[in-house]
Amino acid sequence: MIKINKRASLPKRKEMMIQALAVLLSLVFAGLVILAMGYNPLEVYYRIVEGSVGTIIRIQQTINKAVPLIIVSMGILVAFKMKFWNIGGEGQIMMGAFGATLVALNLPESVPTPIMLLAMAVMATLCGAIWAFIPAFFKAKFGTNETIFTLMMNYIAIKFVTYMQFGPWKDPSFGGFPKVASFHDNAIMPSLFGLHIGWIIALFAVAGVYIFIHHTKRGYEISVVGESLDTARYAGMNIKAIIITAMLVSGGLCGLAGMIQASAIEKTLTYTISAGYGFTAIITAWLGRLSAPVVGVVCFLFAMLLQGSSFLQASMAIPASVADMIQGVILFFVLGSDFFLQYKVVLKDKKAVKEVA
Amino acid sequence: MESFLVAVVVASMPLLFATLGELLSEKAGNLNLGVEGMMLMGAVIGFRVGLATNSPILAVLAALLAGAFGAAMFAFLTVSLRANQVVTGLTLTIFGSGFAGLVGRDVVGVPLSLQLRNSFDAIPIPLLSKIPVIGKPLFDQDILVYFGFACVILILLYFKKTRIGLNTRAVGENAAAADASGINVNLYKYLNITAGGALCGLGGAYMTLVTIPVWQQDVVAGRGWIAVALVIFASWRPVKAWLGALLFGALSILGYRLQAMGISLSQYLVDMIPYIATILVVIVSTYKNRKEDLPPADLSNPYFREER
Repeated sequence: MIKINKRASLPKRKEMMIQALAVLLSLVFAGLVILAMGYNPLEVYYRIVEGSVGTIIRIQQTINKAVPLIIVSMGILVAFKMKFWNIGGEGQIMMGAFGATLVALNLPESVPTPIMLLAMAVMATLCGAIWAFIPAFFKAKFGTNETIFTLMMNYIAIKFVTYMQFGPWKDPSFGGFPKVASFHDNAIMPSLFGLHIGWIIALFAVAGVYIFIHHTKRGYEISVVGESLDTARYAGMNIKAIIITAMLVSGGLCGLAGMIQASAIEKTLTYTISAGYGFTAIITAWLGRLSAPVVGVVCFLFAMLLQGSSFLQASMAIPASVADMIQGVILFFVLGSDFFLQYKVVLKDKKAVKEVA
Repeated sequence: MESFLVAVVVASMPLLFATLGELLSEKAGNLNLGVEGMMLMGAVIGFRVGLATNSPILAVLAALLAGAFGAAMFAFLTVSLRANQVVTGLTLTIFGSGFAGLVGRDVVGVPLSLQLRNSFDAIPIPLLSKIPVIGKPLFDQDILVYFGFACVILILLYFKKTRIGLNTRAVGENAAAADASGINVNLYKYLNITAGGALCGLGGAYMTLVTIPVWQQDVVAGRGWIAVALVIFASWRPVKAWLGALLFGALSILGYRLQAMGISLSQYLVDMIPYIATILVVIVSTYKNRKEDLPPADLSNPYFREER
């Protein structure tokens, strides 16, 4: 007979061992799938590492992918800490990029770069925050299901930006090709050490969210609401205000990431600008156990996987979807391993039970 | 008009199968956000098996199995290993998309044999198909459309009349109470989640076997997410799910039709309507707080007997 007991607590070392084992097992399992596809899994893994950190340029590309992922993950983290399932990151990124573009296309070319970028960032943060505020308001006021609401907001944002790109903002100079005008130089983020300065923003985001969650009253309240609504209510916390602030922060960060993508990477607005970061961030936030520094590290590893697999496509003609598959498998195993962190499976002898009875 | 309605029914089928599938899962209390992934798995496996065997039956069966396999992984993680449903569902979507990309990498754009495609030709039902306006759209369609209609009725009866269906509802409403009354909660969850996954797989395969019919990576194109929304739009009722699928199917082709008629309305703006409509439905149903419009009370709450 199998019995499941809840663990009291687990030494940190054992916890890390179980998780490392889960990741290892997942790599073995994903390797078997890759093998079944007719490729050498060791070579695939090697190429992923080589393609993501093999040369300076590749490291830069990996960091470029990590930057938006980290910022969005920080946003998602704040919402998840409250058990508010914000799966609307995609839409919030999209609206942030829209806000940044709105500023970039309408302010004159003569505006100095710092002022231009600041205005874009403020507008992007605002647009992302507004996009998150809408579901947060209804959640706070009526208890409307936020999972579906934020999800639907993604699609509205994507369709809206698509509409802008194919309609009002279509630049005639591209000869019928549906493309928004490229930004002027003053709306493009400057580089530092060969990288756009987004990485500094990402580091600030990690530190900021860490301080916000652990060292501010509101941050503490967010954790309490996430742990137990009853406790929060009993302590007399203003739950509505807490939900709304957390989502404003969450959406604002996603919006800011949208601005960085528009300004530094695409140098314009496209309807694919969110590139799945809003969804990947949910996974990285969860894998990092909603702890800002750990999530940051996980994001970098995921960025390696993303960058490495686009290299795979070029060097081994393996579709980049292999990255999705590996991500999925790793996460399945880590999610499954959580169970063994929290519970102990005891095999009990049936006879022994009878004797006791 | 008639040809538009015929196209609406065809456009609604992937949504209908997936919505019914998700409905089964949610009625048992598990919110599975992996619909898109399961549809992709069904779409690619159904297509590949169809390509290899030329057998419509094997292709459909394989699609059902592929979807069920994805759902079974979700069930194992969320029911047995008690993982978070939102995160597990999202993972399933990512996994499914990667899986489909790998499995389908060398059959992109390959056409299915004429023989296989012909097996999904419209079969007019005598007399009924002659009814003006609704006859052709409803009773002169391919076999899977009829199967979809049958599913609506079967699932309606399942939840209203059969013991298994009623027990499933009990599990979704209050797992602890269901357990106390002797219902095997985990078994019911597994059963409904897996069956639901099979339907999602079929929904995906409908695209690659009938609608398009060809495999390409973006074939499902967010329909899985629409299905998740449709379940709420339909307040967890099969017949409303069918009407919702028709409505969303109609909206998905309306913009192009209007443009063809010379009315200029951007398809992208029309495309927004279903999502806005879903949000309105969610708001109104929570605002009115009508019991029968609310989700199953235990939806997405994990059930641990030990922690009762």
